[in-house]
Amino acid sequence: MNRDTLLHKITALDFMAVDLQLFLNTNPHNREALEIYNDTVAKATAARRQYEAQFGPLTGARDPSGPGWPWMDEPWPWQNERSAS
Amino acid sequence: MWAYEKKLQYPIRIKKTDPALAKIIIAQYGGPDGELGASLRYLSQRFTMVTPQAIATLNDIGTEELAHLEIVGSICHQLTANATPQQMRDAGMDVDYVNHGLGIHPSFGGAAWTAAYIQSKGDPITDLYENMAAEQKARSTYEYLLDLIDDPDVADPIKFLREREVVHMQRFGEALNYVRDYLGRKRMFYSK
Repeated sequence: MNRDTLLHKITALDFMAVDLQLFLNTNPHNREALEIYNDTVAKATAARRQYEAQFGPLTGARDPSGPGWPWMDEPWPWQNERSAS
Repeated sequence: MWAYEKKLQYPIRIKKTDPALAKIIIAQYGGPDGELGASLRYLSQRFTMVTPQAIATLNDIGTEELAHLEIVGSICHQLTANATPQQMRDAGMDVDYVNHGLGIHPSFGGAAWTAAYIQSKGDPITDLYENMAAEQKARSTYEYLLDLIDDPDVADPIKFLREREVVHMQRFGEALNYVRDYLGRKRMFYSK
C-alpha cells in the first residue's frame, strides 16, 4: 500500500473512532457502538503501526525515533505541491 | 494536554489557486462562528461543566474543533499558496496582503478574532444551549459558503465540516438531557 492510500485508510478509521467516541460519551450503554469502536480502534492501531514503520511517525514523543529524526520530514499535512519550502 | 497527529482529519488537496475563495472561507477560521471560537468555547466551558457525559462531550468536541481549525487553515493556505500580488489584488485581498502577506490570520472581513465571539457562562444549562446555537450558526455559515463554492476540491471538505456541525449539535442535545436530569435532582428553586 502506498503512503497516500495507507494514510487515507488511517484517516478514515480514526474519523470513525472519533465519531463513535462522541456517540459513546452520551450513549455509553450502546453495546453495538462499543463493539464497533473497539474493532475500529484495533484496525486503526494496526494500520498506524504499518504506516509509521514505513513512512515515519504520525505522533511526536510517543515512540523512540531510532538513529534519525524523521518527525520534521515533509510533507506536513497542510502542504501541497505549491507550498513553499 | 494534547498530542499532535501529523495528518488532517479530512485530507485537503486543492489544485487551483483561488484567493477569492480563501477570503470567504477564512470566516470559519477566525470569524464569529468559526472553528477557533468553537474550540475555545468548549474547552473553556469544560471546567465548570457537570456530569461525566457533558464534560466528556465538551472535551472531545473542543478537541475535534482544533482539527477543524487546521482543515480550514489548510484550505485557505492551499488556495493562496504561490498567489501573485496581482491575484490577491484581483480577489479583493490587497489589504490582507499588505497586512499578512500570504499568512493565515484569524480574522474575517477586516475584523480580528475576539474573545467576544465566545461564551463561558459558568452555568451548565446556559452553556449547552449556547453551544447548540453555535453549532447551528456554523452550519448556516458552511451552507452559505457552499452556495458560493464551485470547486469540488474545496466543496467536499466544507461539506464534511458542515455535517460535523449537525452531529455536534445532536451530541450537545443529548448532553443537555443528562445535565437537566442531574440538576433537577440536585437543585430546587421555589418560593418560601
